[in-house]
Formats: sequence, C-alpha cells, structure tokens
Amino acid sequence: MGPLSVNEIISSNTNFFLAFLIGIGFGFVLESSGFSSSRKLAGVFYGYDTVVLKVFFTAAITAMLGLLFFSLFGWVDLSLVYVNPTFWHSAISGGVIMGAGFIIGGFCPGTSVCGAAIGKIDALVFVGGLFLGIFIFGEGYPLWEDFYKAGFAGFPKLNEVLGISQGILALLIVLMALAMFWVGEWAEQKFPREEY
Amino acid sequence: MKQNKYLNPYLGGVLLGLVLLSANFISGRGLGASGAFKSMVVSSVNMVAPAHAGNATFYKENIHEHPEGVMKSWLVFQVLGVVVGAFISGALAGRLKFKVEHSPKITSKRRLIFALAGGVLFGFGSQLGRGCTSGSALSGMAVLSLGGIVTMAAIFGTGYALAYFFRKNWI
Repeated sequence: MGPLSVNEIISSNTNFFLAFLIGIGFGFVLESSGFSSSRKLAGVFYGYDTVVLKVFFTAAITAMLGLLFFSLFGWVDLSLVYVNPTFWHSAISGGVIMGAGFIIGGFCPGTSVCGAAIGKIDALVFVGGLFLGIFIFGEGYPLWEDFYKAGFAGFPKLNEVLGISQGILALLIVLMALAMFWVGEWAEQKFPREEY
Repeated sequence: MKQNKYLNPYLGGVLLGLVLLSANFISGRGLGASGAFKSMVVSSVNMVAPAHAGNATFYKENIHEHPEGVMKSWLVFQVLGVVVGAFISGALAGRLKFKVEHSPKITSKRRLIFALAGGVLFGFGSQLGRGCTSGSALSGMAVLSLGGIVTMAAIFGTGYALAYFFRKNWI
C-alpha cells in the first residue's frame, strides 16, 4: 500500500498537492507550539523553556512508532521509505555549523519560515541569511566538493549498526526521550521563565 | 482573544509526528525546509545567470535532477504550505504582528545582525549536512537513519557548547 506516491497509487501532481497540505499541517503545528519565537526556541539551550526538546522528541517517537506499526500491519513498505544517507564528514561538520547558526540566529530554516509568516522581522532576516549561505555553498562548491562527498557509509539505520532490532532501538529511544522530558520539566522549574 | 497561548508541547509533538508520518506514508519521505531554499537559490541563479548555472556543478546537478523545473519539487510545495499553516495558526491565536523579537538586554539592530549571521551559517550547514533540523535531524531520526541521528546530535551538541558565549542575546 504505502508509500502511496512511490507505489504510484497517487499521481505526481496529487503528490505535490498533498505536499502543500502536509506543509500546512507542519506550519500550523510549529506555530501553535511556539516555534515562531526565537526566544522560545533558544530557551532549550538555557533550560528556561524546553518546548523544542518536548515537541521534537515527541514528534520523532510518534512518527518512528507509527512507521514501525504501519510496517507491521503491512500498510507501508519501509524499504521504499527514504532513509537519509550517512556521510560522516559532512554529517558532523554540517551539524556543527547548523548548531552555531541555531544559537546565533535563534531559528532553524523551518521555524524561520513560521516566524516570518506571522511578521517576525528577525525571522525574515534569518531567511535572507539562509539564501546567502546556500548561495555561498553553491558558489564555492568546487572547494568543498571532495569533503562533502567524503566518508560515505551507505544508508545504514542505527539499529543495524548496533546489531539490535528496530523495535528494541525504538524502545530505547522512547525511554531516552522520557528521561529527557523529565530533565526538561525539572529545568523549567529551576530556571525562571516568562512567556514570549 | 487570549494572546500567546501555545499548544501543550506534548500534544504539539504528537500532531507533528502524525504530520511526519503522513509524509512518509503518502510520499515515502520526511519533512524538510532547507531543500526548498536550495531550489529557490538554484532557480534564481539560473534566471539571473543561466550560463553560470549551466557551468557550475552545484546548480548544474540540481537542474539536471529536476527536468520538469527546479521549482517543481516536493519540498517547495511543502514549504509554501508551511507559510500558509503558520499564518493561519498565528491569525487564530492573535499573534500576527510585525516586530523584531529580542531580549531586552540587546538592541533590535544587534538582534538582526545575529539573525542574518545565524541564517548564513544555517544555510551553509544545511547544504553541507544534506538537510536541516527538519529534513536531516527530525525526519532522519524517525526512520532511524544513522546520519540523521549524528547530525541531530551535532546540531544540539554545538548549540549547548556555544550557549554560554551567546547568553546575552537570549537571557
């Protein structure tokens, strides 16, 4: 059955239309959760507001468990679902640069779109920065093309690397997330906060 | 209407997870954001300097991968939806307002300079890391991708490592 577009149950144009609807859901939930506010987002790094941690990990485990159950019920063929490739060098260095961008700019690309959509000028400027950053990457591409493509390790899943089943890894991730939620609730009690 | 009332974060997380699950079930892929900006940059360069876009590898490869047009991509449609969805949510909650949000300890100008610098870094990093917080970290984690989980750890780890140096901007 699923994924619908890969199995050609829906046409390419329907897929694009559904992408638009999925985007509306994505933007609506992010904004409703407070992800259009940079001060709320940055709170996760200081403990005064851990909404990022709670929403991010609840979403990740919901989708992860959903996919595993869908696969179990035969509703989706997991081998047809895109798994991000692993390139060691760029996965780590790209993540480090993005982490710096996060604490300096207060947004990530998706949340900056939400902020800009409700009139945050700082979010709009961040979006301008995104264009510039991508343009710089494109213009200088020959300089870092080798590094970008270095350390390719295929499309492994974490459970394959650890030698355990997907279900066991999912259970461990859920337990880890619950521990982090507990730390997050504790931090919000400990550090003063105001609603932005 | 009561302002600044946000959704319970755990409920928000479950809803976001269901949106992500729908993307995987319908389209066999996760959510994203930076990929749409890449399409817009490639499309702009191709419009302004087509000869350059046809020569430089970064643009050439992307144009080649999208024979029907760079902007006809799943993520472009999805990000257009994000703009609409966020606007609806902001409108319903009474949060539509032009403003520069910043800590009372810093000026608007300083906030905007840092927002620009952060955007440049995030834009560059998202290309190097093959996706941002949405496409690589969140969507990658949902399918248990090793690379996605490594990138997520690098993003949040660096954020915590640098938090002390930029604390004045936020607290």
